[in-house]
Amino acid sequence: MLLKRSDDIKSSEIAPESLYKNRRQFLKTAAVAAAGLASTSVFGVLSAESSPQNPQWKRPPASSFNTDEDLTPFKDATTYNNFYEFGTDKDDPYRNAQSFRVRPWKVAVEGEIRKPAVYNLEDLVKPYKLEDRVYRHRCVEGWSMVIPWLGFPIADLIRKMQPTSKAKFVEFTTLYDPIQMPGQKRPVLNWPYVEALRMDEAMHPLAIFATGLYGNELPNQNGAPLRTVIPWKYGFKGCKSIVKIRFVEKEPGTTWNISAPQEYGFYSNVNPDVDHPRWSQKFERRIGEFRKRRTLMFNGYADQVASLYTGMDLKQNF
Amino acid sequence: MTRPQWIRRVWKPAAFLLALLPFLLLAYQWYSDQLSANPIDDVTDTTGTWTLRFLMVTLAITPLRKVTGWNWLLQFRRMIGLFAFFSVALHFLTYIYLDQFFLWEEIAADVQKRPFITVGFASFILMIPLAMTSNDRITKWMGGKRWQQIHRLVYIVAIGGVIHYLWLVKADTQRPLTYGGILILLLGSRVWFFLKPRIAGRRRAAPAQDS
Repeated sequence: MLLKRSDDIKSSEIAPESLYKNRRQFLKTAAVAAAGLASTSVFGVLSAESSPQNPQWKRPPASSFNTDEDLTPFKDATTYNNFYEFGTDKDDPYRNAQSFRVRPWKVAVEGEIRKPAVYNLEDLVKPYKLEDRVYRHRCVEGWSMVIPWLGFPIADLIRKMQPTSKAKFVEFTTLYDPIQMPGQKRPVLNWPYVEALRMDEAMHPLAIFATGLYGNELPNQNGAPLRTVIPWKYGFKGCKSIVKIRFVEKEPGTTWNISAPQEYGFYSNVNPDVDHPRWSQKFERRIGEFRKRRTLMFNGYADQVASLYTGMDLKQNF
Repeated sequence: MTRPQWIRRVWKPAAFLLALLPFLLLAYQWYSDQLSANPIDDVTDTTGTWTLRFLMVTLAITPLRKVTGWNWLLQFRRMIGLFAFFSVALHFLTYIYLDQFFLWEEIAADVQKRPFITVGFASFILMIPLAMTSNDRITKWMGGKRWQQIHRLVYIVAIGGVIHYLWLVKADTQRPLTYGGILILLLGSRVWFFLKPRIAGRRRAAPAQDS
């Protein structure tokens, strides 16, 4: 597949007023500004881009697969997220996923492929070379992060699985285990969580399976041991703690779409021009920044992915 | 000390400090970096939640007083109501300043287009006359009857507050529905206290002829 190189967007172009490099600083800045004592030169800039578990890790150089924007600190990326299987508060995944068992882990690959089978996770991912991918991550709720994932293209696995001509969609399913995942004890969503992509979306080189972040294993709360990351879509399109990959002919029902079809479409591409019925999607708060920034079409990946949707009305197919 | 003195000098200041605690805690968490990665959302959530809590407490005073006969409870109601207003004012300012950063166009669009913001905004506006008339002199000047009529707005405000919460959550409605349940109890008790003497009166007035 031909990948058009995009002019990668520099963070300085998006947020010229981005004086607020980290949270502590902006909290103080905000408080000081609120007190009418605004000053921009008081606070130094801390380096937040190191990996606490892998000191050797260095972020990859900027490319069309790797933004050069400031990384969201490891602590923020691993203590603030949605993973309703562990509870609906943002810190619930971090609190409730620590004893979650990710080994042994089996993944069923089935449906319209040559040889459906159940794999041990290690065997499933062994053939693929893991690479760092620094992606923007935009939550449908209006906040965003920059996360250095570690993973491999979904396309690589799909090719290996040899889907039949009937395979038009690929569906991912999260583990269902209410004992380990206490959030599943309440019917907040239709468990287990199911997400899906059109085949050409899944084959796009930006779409990855992640098994790690910040150069290390994926923390449980971030969807260990295997999750998908589709950076041009809202975060919930990524499926966490995957136990099943199924190739199907018809568009599968996906969890949030089933929960509220008028609010969460099948595509759920990041789109500042299509509001969520209950809130605007024009802006987002990058975690660690004080002012909101404008949300970019396809989360800033338009050059690479817009062609997937040529001729489609994105307001209809939201 | 007499009982009114105890209330004025000890219990009221104590209640004041107690009601201030959630805000002091929030300020402390802000300065010591103990909030989440999205502290502005935390401030919005906390001030919104405490607005609802203070509203529920003020609404609980009348039924509690009728059940227990503790009339002194009434002396705390204004303070708690004003704390509800303090909390909602912080909530509103957080939205205007920290969340939208004075983007008035966006704010106006939100109020018009987002039902949960419309309802929340309207409830906030309705609380302003309540706060402004929570003062002895104004109450005297207005007369008790008119004061009471205005302050019945609190029922609408509380219903609006719960709807605002219910409409903003994504899927987990447990908390807003809990507040909704409490509110139904509190408002239902008022209906009950209103109807009970009338039903009893009618029974007395019309002895069992039909049966």
